[in-house]
Amino acid sequence: MAMAVPAVKGSELRKKCVQVGPATWEIPPDAKPGMRVPARIYATPELLAQMDDGVFEQVTNVAMLPGIVERAFCMPDGHWGYGFPIGGMAAMDPDHGVISPGGIGFDINCGMRLVRTNLVYDEIREHIRTLVDALYRKVPAGVGAHGLLKLTDEEFAEVAVQGARWCVAHGYGWPEDLERTEEGGAIPGADPSKVSRRALERGRTQVGTLGSGNHYLEIQIVKPEHVFDPAAAEVMGINRPYQVVIMFHCGSRGFGHQIASDYVQQFAPLMEKKWGIVLPDRDLACAPFRSPEGQAYFAAMKCGINMSFANRQVILHRVREVFSEVFHRDARELGLEMVYDVCHNTAKLEEHEIAGQRRKLLVHRKGATRAFAPGMPDVPAAYREIGQPVIIGGSMETGSYLLRGVPTGKESFFTTAHGSGRTMSRHAAKKQFRGKELEQQLAARGIYVRSVSYGGLAEEAGAAYKNIDAVVAATTEAGLSLPVVRFTPVGNVKG
Amino acid sequence: MPFRWLEDAPLSDAGFEAWGPTLEECFRSAGDALLALMVANPEAVQPREERSFTVEHSELELLLVRFLEEILYYKDAEQLLLRVKQCSLSLDVHPLRATAQLCGEKIDRHRHWLSADVKAVTLHRLSVRKEEEQWRATVVVDI
Repeated sequence: MAMAVPAVKGSELRKKCVQVGPATWEIPPDAKPGMRVPARIYATPELLAQMDDGVFEQVTNVAMLPGIVERAFCMPDGHWGYGFPIGGMAAMDPDHGVISPGGIGFDINCGMRLVRTNLVYDEIREHIRTLVDALYRKVPAGVGAHGLLKLTDEEFAEVAVQGARWCVAHGYGWPEDLERTEEGGAIPGADPSKVSRRALERGRTQVGTLGSGNHYLEIQIVKPEHVFDPAAAEVMGINRPYQVVIMFHCGSRGFGHQIASDYVQQFAPLMEKKWGIVLPDRDLACAPFRSPEGQAYFAAMKCGINMSFANRQVILHRVREVFSEVFHRDARELGLEMVYDVCHNTAKLEEHEIAGQRRKLLVHRKGATRAFAPGMPDVPAAYREIGQPVIIGGSMETGSYLLRGVPTGKESFFTTAHGSGRTMSRHAAKKQFRGKELEQQLAARGIYVRSVSYGGLAEEAGAAYKNIDAVVAATTEAGLSLPVVRFTPVGNVKG
Repeated sequence: MPFRWLEDAPLSDAGFEAWGPTLEECFRSAGDALLALMVANPEAVQPREERSFTVEHSELELLLVRFLEEILYYKDAEQLLLRVKQCSLSLDVHPLRATAQLCGEKIDRHRHWLSADVKAVTLHRLSVRKEEEQWRATVVVDI
């Protein structure tokens, strides 16, 4: 194991954090041998205090990666991950830097999709149980869940290349859905020949499934007092009091998990031996981006990105089917239009400006959301004036946010938070909360939950997470994104 | 149960330590622990179907990762919950090799109390070692 770099404890590194701006902290590169750049953490003092020591160890480990540009970053919802912290972000020089599966995550392109409706709470109140029960049936969740879509090997390989575009071409969605998905729903350069047979077989039956853990599908409402930016909300189709929206969080399922595992196992033994890369943590397994191995992973990882877009596209189609059936009205008439689809776990080649020069960079985001500013070319035309929509999911109890990208996001390569971030382990949450009781408490508060597993429900209790309002406030203070609307959950499907 | 849950596993995930008098038994215990993470009543999994596999890796610890990944593979690809019935290891060859026979059945949501859907076996704290006549494996999985 490559352990030549001496370890510095997270508790020591925490003490070396220096505030450099509003909700912005840095650990200087001399804090730990091997750091090439400073490590920056965005957080209020309270959120910083809540972060586990692992965050400080990991974000400074990321600062050691060959080819890292400017800084290693951690977002306000950061917590311990594998290799990178969850909420971690790093931009690499593609010619001299590395690509690391640990900087992307096992669940490639885990992400969020938000759908608006013309409905208001009063119109669905009596139907919440019917809607949630129908969604529970149509969007399979939990251990080993397989979708209703039956794909051949050839079709699945097409999905890996064409992503959500494949779905729309086959009747699972509307053309305009693609305009409102990052990368238009299909990232170019995906190559299924770089994906193992095992990965293809794990994922082939899973298009249109939710998964488990922190993945969910939620019916939410917009309370009038929770609209912070009415003009931007209007542009995003959020334009009536107590409007109903649907939000869901899921990724590339077993397909992405296996792609990540395959390449971690391939890179780990080669890192030092073949490329002379010595890092303090094996979970940071990486390969030079321009090496054949790095390029193979990049092309395979893009298959994971596309499968995940397809997964969320098929789920959107099911959501439209369910609402149409329950309300006996066409989905278009119900206004079930996509607001946006954001990725959490990706590495993408993007152009950014550094010291006045445009440079192509390989941007790793893990549990972090891209938040492009107004006017940037990759923001869909409909949103170009207000900035890219950002969807931040909270726990099933507390609510979620819609935000937008801002010009001051430049320093973080236009990256912001992705969720509320855990503060309690799954094991501890399961000991402290009872799924059945939680279900009843939520029902008493007007949130109807259907879950495959009571144990899984207990693990996702709101008290196991950071305060979502605090996370969003920190992103605002740090100039990463601005809140537009806050959503309140009324129905939830959990894996 | 020749395994225990790690109290100090990462916040968003889970981990276990598994053991046995032989390395084969230790691998088998790790397989049982993985199954117990996904289904709260693994004793309800009936031996109705059989599968077998061989995996290889140059390192013992990564061989265990590959071994456990096969259980995840059958869970996703065939919706099968499987227990390791028999396991044999070849450690005097390169790469190292593990062969296993598994038995179990299709996921039945009424009889199987499903819990966490394990995404992947990570390298974090991964170790396989011999301590006082027992082989022990520490494994953290991504959920």
